[in-house]
Amino acid sequence: MIYLDNSSTTRQYNEVTDLQYKMAKENFGNPSSLHSMGFEAGNLLYDARKEIEDELYGNGIAIFTSSGTESNNMALISSAHKMRRRGKRIITTKIEHPAIIETCKRLEEEGFLVDYLDVDTSGSIDIENLEKTLGHDTILLSIMTVNNEVGTIEPVVPVFKILKRYNEENSTSIIFHTDAVQAFGKLPMDVAPFDLISASGHKLHGPKGTGFLYMNKNLKLKPFITGGGQEDGYRSGTENTIGIAGFGLASKLACENLIVKTHDMGKVNDYLWNGIKSEIKDIRLNGAEDLGYSLYDNGKRCPSILNVSFYGTRGEVILHTLEQDKIFVSTGSACSSNKTGDSHVLQAMGRSHKEIESAIRFSFSEFNTIDEMDIVIDRVKKAVDRFRKLGSFR
Amino acid sequence: MEKKIYIVRCGEVALKGMNKPYFERVLIERVRKALKVFEDTEVKWIDGLMIARVPASVPEDEVVDKCVRVFGVASVSPATKTSKDIDEIGRVAANIMSALVEEEGIKTFKVKGKRADKSFEIKSPDIGRIIGESILKACSNLSVDLHNPDCTLVVDVRREGTYIFRRKVRAVGGLPLGTNGKGLVLMSGGIDSPVAAFMMAKRGMTIEAVHYHSYPYTSQRAQKKVEDIVKVLAGYMGTIRMHVINMLPIQEQIVQNCPEDETTLLVRRFMMRIAEAIASKNGDMMLITGENLGQVASQTAEALVVTDFVVNMPVMRPLIAMDKVEIMDKAAEIGTYEISIQPYEDCCTVFLPKHPVTKPKLARIEKSEETLDIQALVEAAVLSEEIIEIRP
Repeated sequence: MIYLDNSSTTRQYNEVTDLQYKMAKENFGNPSSLHSMGFEAGNLLYDARKEIEDELYGNGIAIFTSSGTESNNMALISSAHKMRRRGKRIITTKIEHPAIIETCKRLEEEGFLVDYLDVDTSGSIDIENLEKTLGHDTILLSIMTVNNEVGTIEPVVPVFKILKRYNEENSTSIIFHTDAVQAFGKLPMDVAPFDLISASGHKLHGPKGTGFLYMNKNLKLKPFITGGGQEDGYRSGTENTIGIAGFGLASKLACENLIVKTHDMGKVNDYLWNGIKSEIKDIRLNGAEDLGYSLYDNGKRCPSILNVSFYGTRGEVILHTLEQDKIFVSTGSACSSNKTGDSHVLQAMGRSHKEIESAIRFSFSEFNTIDEMDIVIDRVKKAVDRFRKLGSFR
Repeated sequence: MEKKIYIVRCGEVALKGMNKPYFERVLIERVRKALKVFEDTEVKWIDGLMIARVPASVPEDEVVDKCVRVFGVASVSPATKTSKDIDEIGRVAANIMSALVEEEGIKTFKVKGKRADKSFEIKSPDIGRIIGESILKACSNLSVDLHNPDCTLVVDVRREGTYIFRRKVRAVGGLPLGTNGKGLVLMSGGIDSPVAAFMMAKRGMTIEAVHYHSYPYTSQRAQKKVEDIVKVLAGYMGTIRMHVINMLPIQEQIVQNCPEDETTLLVRRFMMRIAEAIASKNGDMMLITGENLGQVASQTAEALVVTDFVVNMPVMRPLIAMDKVEIMDKAAEIGTYEISIQPYEDCCTVFLPKHPVTKPKLARIEKSEETLDIQALVEAAVLSEEIIEIRP
């Protein structure tokens, strides 16, 4: 099996699975319990939180949630509600994950006004355009760190600087949130003190059903889910201790030697792209040509993603052809491949219907190798050739 | 154990002449099978009426729902049985009525008397009148309304006793399954073919299915969709065997060797040939398709002639003259519509030519096929079949 759909989800680290198995059998206590089992569970939770907070910059706390989606919901809704007296403008981009876009639509129904920023042909927002959009009644800015479909690294660091200056000059306090679901564990995230960061466990070889929202301590959002006061009162509900501990360990393992791993992933990614480019005609890369290895490389492409359109084919057919050889890829975002209609990200990047229909996303993990890519190049070429031979009349 | 009685009426079976006992025997078997899930149930013919006795603990609607899906059943009535003593009948009817007044707030009623047993001394209109009076005596708030009553109570006096019932739930009708041969339906994931299969099964035909896909040019989800549709049909017909065949090798040959505008038609001709081969092998007497005159390019009169010409077996097209809306309504009634409209592509849509030929000439089509080794392709396809059994 060659698994190249790591932006949808990843295989858990064995260490994580072992830890979870052990906890399910032995350390199943509720952190709220007063006895020693509860105490031990609380310690494990503390450790996991520490692992994650260590990978981020600033004096924030990680609030554990059930998913990246929940974290995004909490970030947007709690911020908007907290700031509603100061203004009602929210700025985001056209290429966010549905967890952001649909939540923004919901806030629009509540009376908030949302600006969705355009992107260029490689999927990057324009900083000057953003600067012009900022206003005295802007309360919240939400820009993803890395796009999930094409891998573009958005200019969150420059935006952070602009926003800081703007806030100082205009005595506003615009909140800056970034959806880092595709970045955390792939690129170092400790470069800027964001107000809010969302991430998800299963994208970095951790368990599904886990996520966190990292929150600047000064921000003091309203609780998102009320109840027994878990997670410092921000998110009640008995903690998913086994999931959270797995998430903590996965974060630690993913972020160990991160720079080396990211560069290795980049080599695999480049190898595949160069192979495809030299073997197959009439293709188009969706996203930036150059790979980036930190958040300062804005406008470049994260080494975890390669998105290519193969003219004259259909992505879904290529996907099913490759799955016969146990090669697993995706067409656009996995979340939207069940829906009819084209990817909103590729649309925002100005891609035509033919280009969107024929787009394949390869997404990598640290486990992929160059040897695998030789097989992938060969099979993709065969699949595309076969389709084009059949579809020549289309 | 206390039992509830259901009168199961047969439709056309009752009109049969010499063969009536045969049809009745099959029908009662079908009803027994449908009600087998309810333990301790018995179904019998009693004086020309099929009577099911089901434990009273089973909700009435569940029993009715099973019965109305049995082909050959015209209607079902949950009933109460009592003696032929007119005072007794009056008491039972009054009890039923007062319960209805309490449960449903009924204000007006009428009683319809029937006398299947002509030796019974009271005539039908008088039965209605007498029982109506007993009810009026027992329930002071009720009044009689002969034209627009809230509730009509039927009192049917028969040789072996009296049945009192109120509801008569319409069933699918048709003839008992298995009384009219066996056919093979070409089943796509669309709206039409499940309706075609249903209509033939309703006339008593046992159904097998063949499904064509083009994996990897179609997805596994598309086949899952067909299985879900057949599962709904199995709810009426019992387990259905489905032959699954990958058309891609043939489609590839056609696309590479034949004119583009004829591809759909040529593929359809192969589907018919393969279906015929499978049918002969499995004892199916005829093919069934969901074709509908003029619906798409491959279903024009000319195209149907060209498609029909490749097989020697009769091809049944029960939807041929229906309107699309009628077919959709029918599909909704059967319960396959919602599944059929899911967006996964089936076999036909991937290789759609831009401008398919609508008035094909047989001679030209046959000429286009000359480059293909038809027999070998059909044999290979039949050999590659995968058989799945789909249970209700």
